[in-house]
This record gives sequence, structure tokens and C-alpha cells, in this order.
Amino acid sequence: MKKILIAFLFAPIVAFASGSVHLDKWPGTVADKPALQNGAKLFVNYCLNCHGASYMRYNRLTELGLTEQQIKDNLMFTADKIGEPMRVAARAGEQRAWFGATPPDLTVIARARASADGSGADWLYTYLRQFYRDDKRPTGWNNLAFENVGMPHILWELQGEQVLNKDHKLELAVPGKLSPKEYDQAVSDLVGFLVWMAEPMQEQRKQLGIFVILFLCVLFGFAYALKKEYWKDIK
Amino acid sequence: MSNECKVDCGRRRLVAATAAVGGVGALAALVPFVSSLLPSERAKAAGAPVEVDISKLESGQMMTVEWRGKPVWIINRTKDMLETLPKLDGEMADPKSEKKMQPDYAKNETRSIKPEIMVVVGICTHLGCSPSSKFKKGAEEGMAADWMGGFLCPCHGSTFDFAGRVYKSKPAPDNLEVPPHYYMAEGRILIGEDKKGA
Amino acid sequence: MANTNFEKYKSDGSLQGNLLEWVDARFPATAMWKGHLSEYYAPKNFNFWYFFGSLALLVLVIQIVTGIFLVMHYKPDAALNADGVPVAFASVEYIMRDVPWGWVIRYMHSTGASAFFIVVYLHMFRGMMYGSYRKPRELTWLFGVGIFLCLMGEAFFGYLLPWGQMSFWGAQVIVNLFSAIPLIGDPLSIWLRGDFVIGDATLNRFFSFHVIAFPLVIIGLIAAHILALHETGSNNPDGVEIKAKKNDKGIPLDGIPFHPYYTVKDIVGVVVFLMAFSAIMFFAPEGGGYFLEYNNFYPADPLKTPSHIAPVWYFTPYYSILRAMVWPIFGLDAKFWGVVAMGASVVIFAFLPWLDRSPVKSIRYRGPIYKTFLTLFVISFFILGYLGTQAPSYWGEKISQLCSLIYFGFFLLMPWYSKIDKYRPAPDRVTM
Repeated sequence: MKKILIAFLFAPIVAFASGSVHLDKWPGTVADKPALQNGAKLFVNYCLNCHGASYMRYNRLTELGLTEQQIKDNLMFTADKIGEPMRVAARAGEQRAWFGATPPDLTVIARARASADGSGADWLYTYLRQFYRDDKRPTGWNNLAFENVGMPHILWELQGEQVLNKDHKLELAVPGKLSPKEYDQAVSDLVGFLVWMAEPMQEQRKQLGIFVILFLCVLFGFAYALKKEYWKDIK
Repeated sequence: MSNECKVDCGRRRLVAATAAVGGVGALAALVPFVSSLLPSERAKAAGAPVEVDISKLESGQMMTVEWRGKPVWIINRTKDMLETLPKLDGEMADPKSEKKMQPDYAKNETRSIKPEIMVVVGICTHLGCSPSSKFKKGAEEGMAADWMGGFLCPCHGSTFDFAGRVYKSKPAPDNLEVPPHYYMAEGRILIGEDKKGA
Repeated sequence: MANTNFEKYKSDGSLQGNLLEWVDARFPATAMWKGHLSEYYAPKNFNFWYFFGSLALLVLVIQIVTGIFLVMHYKPDAALNADGVPVAFASVEYIMRDVPWGWVIRYMHSTGASAFFIVVYLHMFRGMMYGSYRKPRELTWLFGVGIFLCLMGEAFFGYLLPWGQMSFWGAQVIVNLFSAIPLIGDPLSIWLRGDFVIGDATLNRFFSFHVIAFPLVIIGLIAAHILALHETGSNNPDGVEIKAKKNDKGIPLDGIPFHPYYTVKDIVGVVVFLMAFSAIMFFAPEGGGYFLEYNNFYPADPLKTPSHIAPVWYFTPYYSILRAMVWPIFGLDAKFWGVVAMGASVVIFAFLPWLDRSPVKSIRYRGPIYKTFLTLFVISFFILGYLGTQAPSYWGEKISQLCSLIYFGFFLLMPWYSKIDKYRPAPDRVTM
């Protein structure tokens, strides 16, 4: 009976599951602090010009192992005080005029971009590596993971210029400052930072969770013994 | 009681032990809720020390900066203003600044680190109004003829001298508060923090 | 239980004793304690399924306490802040990041919302399996259905508050359902929103409903639910009335005092539940995109509908039933009948006490027809729930129509099949 029930439950899932988009797996982890620091640097240099991270305060970058002085000297270009959020350099209204839309805030983008196809990190890692030249677009750029994207390829200096070949595959036409391997690593670091920023307490959360569950195991031992003790009476 | 214990002793111990462990858990569960009432990162950022450039503050001038939502005055006192201070000792409620209304490094005649630069919270110690400046001597500012210059609280008439000391027999009980501050460099003050290691 | 004439407490001369006597003379403290706990006799054969009532109460407490603290920091404001983000959305991230330990409180609340429905669904299923809705417990069941309805409202209103894309468009779709009502539909949906679109006015009234109106009603209904239950006494997995066999003191032979026996047992259930709850809250607070939907990490944007809108998982079975109705009937369009079917699929639970004609209550003594129908109902419920999370498709529609048919068939055919079904006579006493 139970087997039939399970079969019934999963039948529709198998029938309808359709992985429409293939996403490359993000190879990094949020535990890699040096990678996150590098990601933070890329973020403030490339992303923060147009996208804000307005729920993220600069001083929280100390959790990545940076000192406040390092943050002030190397990363803090859009604020005066270390406790201020990572605001965008340009004003929202001006951006609407330039791009036709306000670029979204990126603080929680790694959570928002998750889907049935993969994690938000996978999507970002794929997206940032799949820009190609497209003269039909006003920015001159298009993207395989995000068709007709409004954003130009901001990291093109690093990656170089890709084009679509006849088989609809990406090909590096003009090499950039970084080799493809180095570029993948840089994007991975940047994505790592975005993942961390989307939930900076994620590591703490898991650590605390272990303590809580261990404590509940102890409490369970007592509670179960107590229940046994009382229920001896019941025949 | 003792008879009862013979039957129930194990059970009672178990109840006590379970309650103790559960109680520890309940206390731990309180931590997030109680802590959530503390100032948030936003409040802390807003209350963070304020860096002030006073290099352009001319002698005899005063500027106001906001620190933790309160006005902090920085006054570049003239020699003339400073000379009034010892003369007024007799009229002050707390001439030697005995009460702890200033950090130790400002417990001196001028209530300041550098004699001419006064840093003080512009909030009357009576009921929290902000006094207004009455720098000119005598009746010119609508004060008494023997007025030596200082501050008048518009709410209840407390008066203060150029070191923020309160006059005797006024509603305000204490001198104006001197906030923690230090010189980061010549002409740059950080308000809200004592010098590290000091 | 029936006995409400408990003797007042007599002091033994100690300080606490005197205090209790003083209170007891003015307030039915002893009577309440005895009547509802220490001398409330519950059947001794409660099984696993009987944990979920007290767990539902626990989740209610979690939701109320965390809710009180969230309200201290949350702002129901749809206006954009200086960074171009809606204030309400930003205030949720403020809780997650800037408020000390705020993330723990918020995750408790968001996990608690889903946990509430898991626990309540299991609690309701228990009642269906063991015939707990049957005479004399019809009112207990009706109060329960009322709690369930209010809980759905509570969850719906609460879901708008983070003001993300799913909040906004979910509310948009649900409020637009009311416009399917002939004649008054459009003005009604505008009246509900207080605007022509979901906006600041809607957010503020939903906030009020979520934090004041519905919690008050739910607490009242829960009190009524428990009082009604304690008037009749609890049912049990055998569906036997334990009050039919009493000893010479008038205590049911198969009854045991709720306190301490079921309090200590429920504590075990609470601890196990908290383990599962913590596992989700600390290791998978998004619940795979079902507890916190990914699209809800985008702030509400009235100009851009997400490519796929699905309600939160606990509403999806009814949402599937809504979508399964694709035929206009009696000149009224399919949308209207979808809304009617969806409403009926929830309200129909209230009629169970009068639909069931079986001579026995518990599934243990019922025949194969009832068991088959109940199994099919559960399977349909799950499939409908799954389909509701998916984008519409041809086969999805056909399957959800079949499942809706089974869903309603379970209820509407019950007077017939429960009567003709085989059964074994229930025993006189409970079995352990």
C-alpha cells in the first residue's frame, strides 16, 4: 500500500520535471575567506557602480577577515562612514534614464536567483560567463543565460569578447586580461561574495543549529526517561 | 513526606532534572528575544563617532554637529572668553567640575583638552532643551548688565558660562556634558570615542 | 469533563497554601487545573497521531511570540526608500541583518508558518481517520474548521507583508478571485484592496488583519475548540466512548489523567518536533523554495509579473482545484466556478459529521471501501498540492480535474459508501 502511495506521489514529479536551462555548478564555497575578499574587491570595483547593496553595511566586511582600515582604504568608495550601507554611486533616477531601468539591488540576488534549475550561485556563475557580442542589442552584448539582458558585459576587460559560433556555442574571439581559467576563478570569487552577502549569517546559523539540535537530543533523553517513568503506571 | 519519597524519589529527581535541562533551554531561547531589543546595526552606525574638521573654525566662532541625535557644540574660545572663567568661579554651582559631567581629560579649569577648543553636548541638564548662545557681554543680548557671556536655556532660564558650567540657583542641576572625544590630528576631532589606549 | 464541581482548595496553613486558598475563593484556579489537566481523563490509548493538537498550540505560541518581536522592527510601507527599495521589503532585510538575532526570530516565524500547516493538516487527518468529528464532537470539529479557515486567512495576509514579488502577485491573484463574483465582484475587489492595485493601503490593512484581527479570532476559536473537547472528552484510535465504562468513583476505566501522563508524553513529542523545526530553521530555512519562495527575494514590482506564480505550498491543493475548473456553467464563466470550487473544497470539511453514516468511528473497524476512498483522497490531495506549485500544462490540467473529482467524491459520496461499507463492531474497551 505504502509503495503505491509513494509511486503515486512521485509520478507527477517525474512526469513534469523539466530542467529547461542547464546551469554550470558554482565551484566555490562561502567558507573560503580569501576568495570572498577577492570577490568583495571585484564587487566594489565592477558591480557597485550601478548596482547597490543597500542592506549590506561596509563594516560587516570585517567578518571576511578584513580590518576596518583595510575596508576604508580599499573598498569604501561610496560612503563616508564604515557603518553605512553599500550604496550605489549613481542615483536611481539617472540610471533609469541611461539603461531604461533601475539596476536591481544585489544584496540578496543570490537568494532571488535560485530556482528549480539550480542555486542562485549556479545561475550567477553561469550568467557572468556567458556574455557574447551581439550587434542587435543596444549595449552590443547579449547573454545565453539571460536573453536580451539589459546589462552590458561589465567584466569584458577581464574575460575578453565572446561570440556565438554556427553551432550556437560560445567562442572567445578577443582574449581578455585573464585566461579563461583565471576568469572562471574570478567569477567564482565574485559569486562567492554575492552568496555570502545574501545571508552573511549563514555559517553562524548552521553552527548554532548544531548546538541547538545537540541540546535537544540531551533534553530528549531526559524527557523520554520521564515519560517511561510515569507510564510504568499505565497498564 | 519521607514515606512518599521512598516511593517517588527517583521520579522526583527525574522531574527536577528534566525541568532543569528544559529551563536552561528556555533561558537560552530568551537570548534572541531579549537581545533583539538592543540597538541595531543601523542605530549603532547612526550613533558611531563623528569626525569633525575644525581647522576652519575661527576664534570666537561656534559650530554644531550631530552625534547620537544630540547637538554637540564646538566653540573656539577667544582669550577674552577664557579670561571670564576664573572670575565666575564664585557664581557657579560646580566651579571645579566635581560631578562626573566630563571625561577625566576634560576635568580642568577650561573643561577641555585644548584650552581654547570647547566640545560640549548642547543639551540643558535640566529637562533637555538646547540652550542658545549669548556670547556678547552685558545687556546687549538681553541679559543682565553683568552678564559675562555664555548660554541661556530658553525653556527655564538656566545659564551657563563659556565652559558650560551652570550658574548657581538655576533649575539645571549640572554643568553641560562634555562628550568623549580626542584629536585625531591637528584640526580633526573624533566625537564619541576616548582615545584608544588612553 | 462533565464534573465541574471541584472542591475549593483548603489551606494547610503554609504561605502558599493561604495564597492559593485566597485565589481559589475568587477564581476557579483549582477547578480549571483539575477540570482540564489533572482530573481530565483522556483515553489511555492515544498514539502518534495525538501529538499534533498540542504541537499546534506550541506553534501558535511560537508564532505569537516571534510575531510580537517582528512587529517591533517591521514597517508596513510600500513607498520606496532612498535606495529605491520598498520600505517594507527593506525592513525585513533590516531584521535579517541589523537587528541583533533578528534572523533567528524571522526564520522561526517563517518556518513556523509552514510548520503550522503541517501540524494542522496531520491533526485534521487524525480526526478523519478516527472519526473524531462524529457525534458528540461535531462542535469541536466545527470550531476546528473555523480555526483552519482563519489560519488560512492569517497566512495569506502575513504573506503579503515581506512585500516581495510573490507576496505582491500572490495577493493580486487571490484578491482578483473575488472579482469573479457576478455583479459585485469588481467593486468588491477594489474595496478589499482599498486601491485599484495592491498598494500601500492593502499592505496596511493586511498588516492589521495579520497582527490583530485574525490572531484574536483564532485564539478565541481555540479556546472554544478545547472547551468543547473537554466537555465531551477526547476520542481515541478505537473510536470508543470511554465514558461508557466507569469505575465506582465515576472515573472512566480507560481514562488516565491528562496531567501528568499526557503532559510528560507531549513533552517528548514537543522535543522531537523542535528537532525537526530546528533542522529546517537552521539548515534549510528556505525549505527548498517552498517555505520562503525564491522570487520573494525580489521586492514587489507592480510592472513585472514573475514568469511563474504559485501560492505557498499549503494553499496549492485548493489552487489546483481552482485551476481545474475550466468550463462555464449556467452562463457564468469558469473563473467564477473555479472560485466556488476552491471555496467549497475548504468549507466541505465542516460537513463531515453529517456526511459520515458508518456505524463505527475509527478506521480500524471500517471496511475496505472507506479505506480506499480515504487513501485516494490523500493521494489526490498530494497530487493537487504538487500540481498547484507547477506552471499550468495540458496533462496537469487533466490530472488535477481527475483529482478534484476524487477530492469531492470522497465527501459527497460518503453518505452512500460509509453506509454500505463492511465494518467490524468496535470493542467495548480501548485496545492498547
